Order: sequence, then C-alpha cells, then structure tokens
Amino acid sequence: MGNAPQINPLVIFLASLFTSNMVLVNFLGMCSFISVSSEYDTASGLGKAVALVMVFTTTINWLIYHLLVVPFGLEYLRYLVFIVVIAATVQIIEMAMDRYLPDLHVRLGIFLPLITVNCAILGISLFMVIRSYSFWQTVLFGFGSGLGWWMAIAALAAIREKMAANRLPPGLQGPAITFIITGLMALAFVGFSGIFAVM
Amino acid sequence: MSVFVTVLSLSSLATILAALVSLADYHLNDYGVCTININGGTRTVDVNGGSSILSSLAKHKIFIPSACGGKATCGLCKVTMVDTISPVLPTEEPYLTAKEIEGGVRLACQVKVKRDLEILIPGEFLTVSQYQAKVEKITKLTYDIKKFRLRLLDPAQMEFKAGQYVQVDSKLYGAVREEVSRAYSISSAPSDRKAIELVVRLVPGGICTTFLHEHVKVGDKLTLAGPFGEFYLREGADHLIFIAGGSGLAPIRPMILDILKRKLDKKMTFFFGAVSRKDLFYVDYFRDLEARYPNFTYIPALSGAKPEDEWDGEEGLITEVVARNISDPEGKQAYLCGSPGMIDAALGTLREIGIGAEHIYYDKF
Repeated sequence: MGNAPQINPLVIFLASLFTSNMVLVNFLGMCSFISVSSEYDTASGLGKAVALVMVFTTTINWLIYHLLVVPFGLEYLRYLVFIVVIAATVQIIEMAMDRYLPDLHVRLGIFLPLITVNCAILGISLFMVIRSYSFWQTVLFGFGSGLGWWMAIAALAAIREKMAANRLPPGLQGPAITFIITGLMALAFVGFSGIFAVM
Repeated sequence: MSVFVTVLSLSSLATILAALVSLADYHLNDYGVCTININGGTRTVDVNGGSSILSSLAKHKIFIPSACGGKATCGLCKVTMVDTISPVLPTEEPYLTAKEIEGGVRLACQVKVKRDLEILIPGEFLTVSQYQAKVEKITKLTYDIKKFRLRLLDPAQMEFKAGQYVQVDSKLYGAVREEVSRAYSISSAPSDRKAIELVVRLVPGGICTTFLHEHVKVGDKLTLAGPFGEFYLREGADHLIFIAGGSGLAPIRPMILDILKRKLDKKMTFFFGAVSRKDLFYVDYFRDLEARYPNFTYIPALSGAKPEDEWDGEEGLITEVVARNISDPEGKQAYLCGSPGMIDAALGTLREIGIGAEHIYYDKF
C-alpha cells in the first residue's frame, strides 16, 4: 500500500483509456469483443456492463486484497479470491439489471453472466496487484479500462454496422474481417503511445 | 496454523459473498404478488413473482407439459402471452416459429413472472394434475411390448377421455443420469377411474421405455401427469374405422370399449397391423368382443407372415387391407395411431377412398 508509484490517478485513467487500452493494446477480453460487436446497441450495452463490472470488481478486489489477502499472507490464492469476487459481483449486477433495466438484460442475454469469465476483468485486478496501485489509482484504473473497453467495442460495432452492406470475399466475412479491423484499430491506438509516461 | 488461517479466511469470504448474493436475490428478485390470468379469466392464480411461469403455475397444480423440467431444451411448455411483455430470449428462439413469435407464444420455463400477466393455454391443461401411482401388474404382451397397470394413489381418481395420454416420469437407473418425462396413451377404459393401463413398446436405447421395461417392478411408485391430448372420439359418424400398428393399439382400445359400454349405435371396424404372429397381441380379446358385439369387426393383418405362423387371416400392408375392406366413404370417421410412416401411408389410402381430412384423427409417435 505504501509503495504505490507516485502517478496521478487521472493520468492512469487516461492511460488505461488510450495508451494501454485493455482490448486494443493488451488484447484482453477478445471473445465477447469479436462476437458481440455486430450490432451497435447491443455492443454498447455490453460495453457499459463490462465497464460497470470492472469498476465494481477492481474496487472490491483492491479492498479484499489489501484488507484480507495480504494480512493473512494469502497472495498465492489471489486468482481464486478475485474470480470468486467477480462471479458474485456479476450475479448481483445481473439481478439488479433484470429488475431495473429489463430491456438491456434481455439484449445482453447470455453475455452478462459470461462477463464473469471475461479475461479483461480478471486482468485488471491482477495488473493492479503487479503495479502496486493505491486505492484511488485502482478505482480510476478500473474506470478507465472499463470505459476504454466500452469505447473500443462501440467503435468496432459502429464500423461493422457501416460495413454490413459491403461485399466481402467469402473467406473474409464475419470474424475474419473483424480481426483485421481490430488490428487496424490497434495500430491507430499505438499512435497514442508516448503521450502518457506510465506503464 | 497457516493452513487453518487460509481455510478460515477463504471460507468466511465465500460465506460473506454467498450471503450477499442471497440477500440481493431476496430483495432484487422480489416482485411481490403477481396475478396470472389464464384463458381470459377462466382461472386466476396469485403467485410470488420472480420465478418462471412454468414453476409458478406448477405450485398451483397447473401442469404445462415439459419434458426437460424447465431447461429450455424440449420446447414443449408453450404458452401464449396476451400482451407482449418482453422480447423473445435467445434460449427460446430455436423452439418457436416466426408465426408463433408473431402470435406471442413463449416458453413458460423462460418467462419470469415480474408483474400481472394474461396468458392463454389449452383448456385441458387446467384439468391436468400430477398423480402418484403404484405399479399393480406388469403383463408381457409380446417379446417387446409390456402392459403396465397403475393404481392411482394421490389423487386416487382420474377422469379422462378415451384416447388421451399421460406423461410418466422416469427415475435414475444404471448409467442413465437423467430423468425424463415421456407420453404414453392410456389403454384402459375411461369407466375405470381408479387405475390406468399403459401399453409400452421397448424402444432400443429409449430412456423411459428401458426404465419401464427393465427397472420397474410390481409395487414400485411412479409419478405421472395427465390426461393430455386431442386424440379422442368425436360426434357425427355412424361408422368408425380404427387403424393401429404395434403399441398404437393403446389409445384405440379404450375408444372401442367406451362406445361398447355406452351402447352407441355405431359400426366399428378395427384394423390392426403387425409383421408376424409374434408381434400380435390382444387377438383373443378382440375376437371375443367381435363375437359378442355385432357392430364391431376386428381385422388383424400380417405383412410378413411366416409359414410357421399358420396365419389364415388378412395378409399385406395394413393400408392394402383397409383398401380391400372399405370402399364407401359415406358417414365414416377414421382414428389412426402408429408410427409416422404407417400414419402417412394410411392417410393416403383414406384419401383415395374419399374420406375427408376433417373426418380423420390421428396420433403419431
């Protein structure tokens, strides 16, 4: 806790949004990124859900890590602890969404419970440990990564919707062209590198 | 010591999370009391919101047929929603046609009750109950067909129409780790309400027929639901033609017995198709009925009679036998039960004879 790097949390926020974007730079959370990006509305909905889950789980995981895992010397069990916390959080968010946002709940369907196994979610909890972030750094890191993931999937879905009417060679249709678009988007994001001096 | 700390801290973490999830479930999944209005007010039930329509109705003893038990894998529990409440879920889509989706049909196991609902279900589902029954007698009819006599325990009586079926729940046995419900026609007369009989052919590899044939013994208890089905006697004909093959005899027998018992002035001809003598059953029974009742004619036919069968009755496919014996379509109704292949062939024959589709009723299995 004490040896957190002295980086302004706001810088971490912007970095996780652009220069270290979870999906386009770190390539985490690719499965749902590729498979739920054909419709803008659904993709954006999933993006919001992932962002929400990220903020909650990183915050809760930071507290649990520093208040329970480290004092008891259980660092070697952090994968287990993190994934259990993520699963429970997703369960609760799913129930809340079914209650208060039923339309979005129906549209996200099977992908909502699948957020549990979205590697980007576990990824940022592990990054926060490796990089020894402080509490506020972690909160903004989770928030920025979530927004970054949302931004990326929304952008990809917008591009795919625009391209829906385009004629493609059969071999490139579907996931193939999606991977190529993702690659081009990632190249564009590489252009951001160097703006923020972190990571 | 450290092992103890590890186990204790991880268990308490898991316990706290489980408690939080249960708490959230209790508060977020509480939709209060919702009223389900069935068939325009024929019946209304008050349920605690938060569960599926299927399980909410089952708690009120209204059983919608479901073979998978609410896992969205059988597609049987279709109900019609009067108003659109939520979009069709991806889990339902494979089981609904475009026309059904248009008409508001949903799977009862997938729609959660969150507010007052109006639904339409076939009227018979309201009279369907779940029964506990005891196996009273098992009779071997042929090498692969057995008859099961089930004494109804709770409720102790069932009112059904001749030709209807029940769904029997299988239990776990041997390597089969799955419980299924399968439909079997009631083969006993509706006048006996305290016990029913089922005629079941052993289907190789069938979960429920293997269960019934090889694992159920006299004295065992079974759970079943019923009666279901639109295959029953209709008014308005003075000559009924029954055509059945194999265990398709099951729903036909109570129909014939019902008419004889009610002393209705109807002529009946029963065509029963089998391959060879070893596939025939109930022959003496129906020959005896034929001798006692002049309005009943029994025509068993073998399509592959062997020399040792010493068969002197009708021979050939059952459709050929029907065509040889029936020529005038006037005043006739036909009831068919058997394999899809037999039914389709028989439908063609009846059409050639001139019996209109509106006078033909069948049950394919």
